[in-house]
Amino acid sequence: MSTETDSRISSDLFTNQSQTPLDLDREEIALSVRDLDLFYGDTQALKGVNMELPHRRVTAFIGPSGCGKSTLLRCFNRMNDLVDNCRIYGGIYHHGENIYDKRVDVAELRRRIGMVFQKPNPFPKSIFENVAYGLRIQGVNDKKVLSEVVERSLRDVALWDEVKDRLHTNAFGLSGGQQQRLVIARAVAIEPEVLLLDEPTSALDPISTAKIEELIETLKQDYTILIVTHNMQQAARVSDYTAYMYLGELIEFNDTQTLFVNPKEKATEDYITGRYG
Amino acid sequence: MNNWWKSGGPYIWLNAGAVSVSMVMVFGLIVLIVIRGMGNFWPHAIVQFDYQANGQSETVIGALRKTETLTAQALRDAGVVLPEDQALVTRHLFKLANRDVTGRDFAYFIENFMGEWSYPKALTVFERRQWGDFYGFPKALLERGEVIIEGDGLDDALWAEFNARLERANNLAEEIRHIERHEIGAINYQIEQIRLDKRRAELKNELTDAVLAELDQRREALNAEYAQLQERLNALASQVSRDAIVMEVAGGEEVTIALQDIVKAWQPNNMSVMSKVGFYLSDFKDFIFGYPREANTEGGIFPAIFGTVTMVFVMSIIVTPFGVLAAIYLREYARQGPLLKVIRISVYNLAGVPSIVFGVFGLGFFVYIVGGTIDQVFYPEALPSPTFGSPGLFWASLTLALLTLPVVIVATEEGLARIPSTVRQGSLALGATKSETLWKVVVPLATPAMMTGLILAIARAAGEVAPLMLVGVVKLAPSLPIDGNFPYIHLDRQIMHLGFHIYDVGFQSPHAEAAEQLVYATSLVLVVLIVGLNLTAIYIRNHLREKYRAEGD
Repeated sequence: MSTETDSRISSDLFTNQSQTPLDLDREEIALSVRDLDLFYGDTQALKGVNMELPHRRVTAFIGPSGCGKSTLLRCFNRMNDLVDNCRIYGGIYHHGENIYDKRVDVAELRRRIGMVFQKPNPFPKSIFENVAYGLRIQGVNDKKVLSEVVERSLRDVALWDEVKDRLHTNAFGLSGGQQQRLVIARAVAIEPEVLLLDEPTSALDPISTAKIEELIETLKQDYTILIVTHNMQQAARVSDYTAYMYLGELIEFNDTQTLFVNPKEKATEDYITGRYG
Repeated sequence: MNNWWKSGGPYIWLNAGAVSVSMVMVFGLIVLIVIRGMGNFWPHAIVQFDYQANGQSETVIGALRKTETLTAQALRDAGVVLPEDQALVTRHLFKLANRDVTGRDFAYFIENFMGEWSYPKALTVFERRQWGDFYGFPKALLERGEVIIEGDGLDDALWAEFNARLERANNLAEEIRHIERHEIGAINYQIEQIRLDKRRAELKNELTDAVLAELDQRREALNAEYAQLQERLNALASQVSRDAIVMEVAGGEEVTIALQDIVKAWQPNNMSVMSKVGFYLSDFKDFIFGYPREANTEGGIFPAIFGTVTMVFVMSIIVTPFGVLAAIYLREYARQGPLLKVIRISVYNLAGVPSIVFGVFGLGFFVYIVGGTIDQVFYPEALPSPTFGSPGLFWASLTLALLTLPVVIVATEEGLARIPSTVRQGSLALGATKSETLWKVVVPLATPAMMTGLILAIARAAGEVAPLMLVGVVKLAPSLPIDGNFPYIHLDRQIMHLGFHIYDVGFQSPHAEAAEQLVYATSLVLVVLIVGLNLTAIYIRNHLREKYRAEGD
């Protein structure tokens, strides 16, 4: 079976692997999920998920459509609160505090755990105002501070050179890939600790995708990144750790190389070798 | 054939047909209004002919209004003697003017009995301040009753002198009107304020001798000013009545007309096409900017245009925030459920309630209850005469705002529903609260939809008549709702309105024939006004759309 695996996911895809071998048990933990159950009405979308997400690493969530990976991702910044009749049991701990605790200020939580969506969703404002939005929400109106943050954020996402001459034009004038990087800059501008990326490249062309992937590479120096993707090559390329989910359950979670090359579970192997379904 | 059905061809024809029928109807309406309405200002030729019917002979002077063909039998039944072999008869409707001389300003003439038509160049038309138009031949010019020039009207000396003196009379009349309307109007307004101040002090038991003395002093000053103006008016009146002209009418009778009664004079048979065009334009301008006379059947419609526009603006200012806030609550905050469904259906159905019902509600609730209460609390000094307790601009606008509220709510709600949820989530994910997201991202994006609602509201409100008759629109308003007296915009004043003006001129006027063209002309102005208001709103909306252009738009 392993020969077939190798033919699909060749080992040179794992460009991301650092020199020291990864070991989940030795990582500093950014977020821990405990017995998380989630229901949409009567349908259970997440079933007893338990996992520890490492600090300043890229963790990818893979799995077939409807497996709950996006739902899980949206639990980390409580975006599921917006869905009517969504009930959540269990907890997610961040700095030792359950983010589902009643005392938690959701807006403040979302400032610490930022999110980027599948489709680029810039606001109908100028490029500058898009990036400055998060700061303005926090009451920062000092022009100098804003300009600095906007420039730094746009440089972080390698967009500065492309847009520096038209910062005050409408953000919709940018291409899809630029818009997605702008949205990431917008998230980065408020300096969150965790970045949630929900299929960030599925609406983009290969060149833009490559740019975003490069970006993830640099961003992980400063941020804990969780990424949901349909593209297993992408998971292999960008992530340090990968979680395979199926029907609302976390099937397997390990460092990316191990999970792809030497999966412990049969279901994982079937999925990554394309025998799923 | 079968293939033709399957290809969908018939449906394309059906759809295209529906579009064509609509277009034909709209253009037909506009063309009809334009032709009928714009004809009113053209200086039509005046005809002179002899007419012999029923053994009587008369000379007729008139302007042809329309021609129709009837069966001879219909006229024979009416007692007209016609040759046996004649089957069809042509008859002409002439405007004879001279209402004060002959008592009839329109009449039919049967072609059989007409003599030769001639167009004497000296025939002169006067537009008068009273009694409608006048047709006749100028004979002599009088100054204080003394003949100064005699002639037959073709005589340049008489015509030139007459025009010079008419201009002088008109300038004086304009001065008189200005004094009456503005200066005396302002004094009356201030005197009324003094009366109200006195009554107010009285009600508060603060009417001390000092206050009384001060008020008296103010009134004295105003009275003195008034006396001065009156003196000036008397002087002007004596000057303006100086000249008169002697005219010969159709029967040969001579009539003397004071120049101060004449608005303008022209000799249509003696005018070139170019001068007719010039006359036409100036006449149209007078129609737009003039004040109505003679129970609205003469003069201009400026107060009606002004009233309509003011009312629409006040209505927009009321309905937009209300509608938008209501829509935001319904769409963004209210818990979706059966109660909300009922509320929403009720709001939508509000749009279907006959407008006169809104008028009744406006009169019963806004005017009598709300307005009456306002009067008692804030304007007790004016009672028993009402301030806000009677129909007026504000209540008319408020009633129309209520009438158009559903349109704004529905449009705004749909606009809000169309904002992609990804944009909201994007904002929330950056740590914005729900209200921050709403006001900084969602509402700005929905502004074009709000403008669409407002456009529909304006179109509906500007054309509405029935409810307005109950809540503030009158046949003739003594003053405009905006003027130079504090507080400049008088929400309690009654206004004139183009829609009601059309109804009034067309169906309540004693001179139906004379009014017909005015009805069309006024309709045209109303249509143009609504189109203008809409275009302005559409321009603003497109501007906003450009600003908040989103993907997929």
